[in-house]
Amino acid sequence: MASYILKRFISMAVTLWLIVTVTFFLMHSVPGSPFDKEGRNTSQTAVDNMMAYYHLDEPLGVQYVLYLKSLLMLDLGPSIGHFPTTVNDMIGRGFPVSFQLGMLALSISIVCGIALGTVAALRKNRLIDQLAMVLAVIGIAVPNFVVATLLIKYVAVEWRLLPVATWGTWRHAVLPALALSTGPLAIIARMTRANMVEVLTADYIETARAKGLHPAVIVFKHALRNAVLPVVTLLGALVANVLTGSFVIEKIFAIPGMGKYFVDGINNRDYSVIMGTTVFYSALLLVMMLIVDIVYGLIDPRIKLHRKEGRP
Amino acid sequence: MWRRGDRDHRKKAALSAVAAPPAPEAAQARPARADSGGAPEPDLGRAAQAARPPGEVILEVDDLRVSFRTHGGQVQAVRGVSLSLRQGETLAIVGESGCGKSVTARSLMRLLPEHAAVLGAGSSIRWKGRELTKLKEKELRKLRGAEIAMIFQDAMTALNPTLTIGEQLIEGIALHRKVPRSEARRLAVDMLELVGIPGPETRLKQYLGEFSGGMRQRIMIAIAASCSPSLLIADEPTTALDVTIQAQILDLFRMLQERTGAAIVLITHDLGVVAETADRVCVMYAGEIVESGTVRELFRRPQHPYTQGLLAALPRLDRERGRSLVPIPGTPPDLFAPPPGCAFAARCPHAMEVCRLRRPQMAELDGTHAVACWLQDPRAARPPAAGAGAGSGMAGEPARTALG
Repeated sequence: MASYILKRFISMAVTLWLIVTVTFFLMHSVPGSPFDKEGRNTSQTAVDNMMAYYHLDEPLGVQYVLYLKSLLMLDLGPSIGHFPTTVNDMIGRGFPVSFQLGMLALSISIVCGIALGTVAALRKNRLIDQLAMVLAVIGIAVPNFVVATLLIKYVAVEWRLLPVATWGTWRHAVLPALALSTGPLAIIARMTRANMVEVLTADYIETARAKGLHPAVIVFKHALRNAVLPVVTLLGALVANVLTGSFVIEKIFAIPGMGKYFVDGINNRDYSVIMGTTVFYSALLLVMMLIVDIVYGLIDPRIKLHRKEGRP
Repeated sequence: MWRRGDRDHRKKAALSAVAAPPAPEAAQARPARADSGGAPEPDLGRAAQAARPPGEVILEVDDLRVSFRTHGGQVQAVRGVSLSLRQGETLAIVGESGCGKSVTARSLMRLLPEHAAVLGAGSSIRWKGRELTKLKEKELRKLRGAEIAMIFQDAMTALNPTLTIGEQLIEGIALHRKVPRSEARRLAVDMLELVGIPGPETRLKQYLGEFSGGMRQRIMIAIAASCSPSLLIADEPTTALDVTIQAQILDLFRMLQERTGAAIVLITHDLGVVAETADRVCVMYAGEIVESGTVRELFRRPQHPYTQGLLAALPRLDRERGRSLVPIPGTPPDLFAPPPGCAFAARCPHAMEVCRLRRPQMAELDGTHAVACWLQDPRAARPPAAGAGAGSGMAGEPARTALG
């Protein structure tokens, strides 16, 4: 197991390096710079000084090496747009908020998605099944910013049940989390239903029935575990889905999370913020995928992560 | 051949079926069956042994009819099956694929999906005085696994790949024997040991993928036998196994039956397995029983042309090499619209006009042997005894059929 994880870390480092390199050069190839602001009277000397401070006057190759060096020391550099703040500070402030929102949305989609999919599979081709699957198609088809807007209009503005925007109490988290969870929820529900329908016809389900087990035990103990396995694989991708989705949702609900910094960073050509958030999210995603693979091995004994034939 | 101990001994064994360590005589009761590929001497089952005192009737099936709703209409899978079973007896149900033998077996514990399978109105399954067709799902659950247990064909798919073997054994024991899990675990270890799995303590924590094919089937049997059921239904228990493992599994069945006194319903299309293990045989064709009797009666004096055809189609070691097998021409009838007369008439070399028009009823030839065939009618032009070997070319000399 340890050697497997070590191997995975090495490949993750390589992946991360590739992402950093591609993003770095792509970003610099986009025209414009952090300092050409329309209608602002900044003297040429000031701009030159700032360029020198951020090493932007050096050749691109040198900048790249400098960035990699500071990255190795986990220093994402100072923000260009918000001068005294560093990117590390921004992530430190924004990420906990984004993380809470993301986890809440993900939990909602996993719990409700699996429940909906299971119920649909057990009542296959009946009304509940058809309703659930229509809902799932809508959930996949309608983008989350539409859901967010509708939720704000009805739940917050018309019925005044929950706050319209910003962050603070749990009441603030409900609407953005719901909006963020619809897509993943629908995907999980459809996948769970499809797997569950198949698993329920498996021979070992008949064996479980022949043992006289209660139907609930059969579904939860014998069927569900096998039915959710592919859903676990999907989780890695869904985490990415929730992360990118949160950029838009955070903007709509004016939530001070990572997404807000990221979007602002792009608008202002804030190079270090763009790089910092990209690197951070990439690393996060890679770690998530590793966790998913490990969890997969725990749920399904047939999958062994570490063993190779003939070697201990 | 397996010899039966006296009945009192067997009853005692039944009481301590699981807790007791495997008896030495059970382990070595049969010599190594290296010859199971086919002994030249006929080995006609337990029927060849001295007659045993018959046990009490525990199961009576009367006019069992099962059909399935499909998009193409109703398939009449089982069309009026009647049979009875005594305690400690082994009844084999033989027939080709799709003849309704598995559906019959599943009906015995009402395992068929209720939304698809329709039970006939006049069908009755009486289990120890209780009418199973009237039982509620909750009562059926108490019965399944505890009084009637099932062994499936392919343990690879019939066991759950993501639960440990131990868990799959323990859950049934804890449920039906109403013991705490620690006690259930102990019983599970004993059970694995009983079916011949070495190192049961470690094996309990392993998963399906870590066992060989024969081991898996042993585990399947251990699960089925773990609550000492009075009836074990084995649906083609050896079909997925190679011949040497088959012989070991059949030995295991005998040993378990000896220890628990359970009756066994053995579903198979392997006549060799039938000859070796069964007391009585029912031959099924197109959802009906066409002939039933003791193993000796059926193999020595098969009366129904279908039974005769089955026996003639068997490969035999005592026949000269190069002679081809004798198949039964044709295919079974369409069960969406079964024929009004005898279902076998279209393939039968002796078919008469009446065969296509009216269904023959089961008629007893003597106490145990019964057949549903118009040839048995005194008005039949050709008595079946004459037609069995000569003329038809279908049945050879069933009396000397070597099986196994």
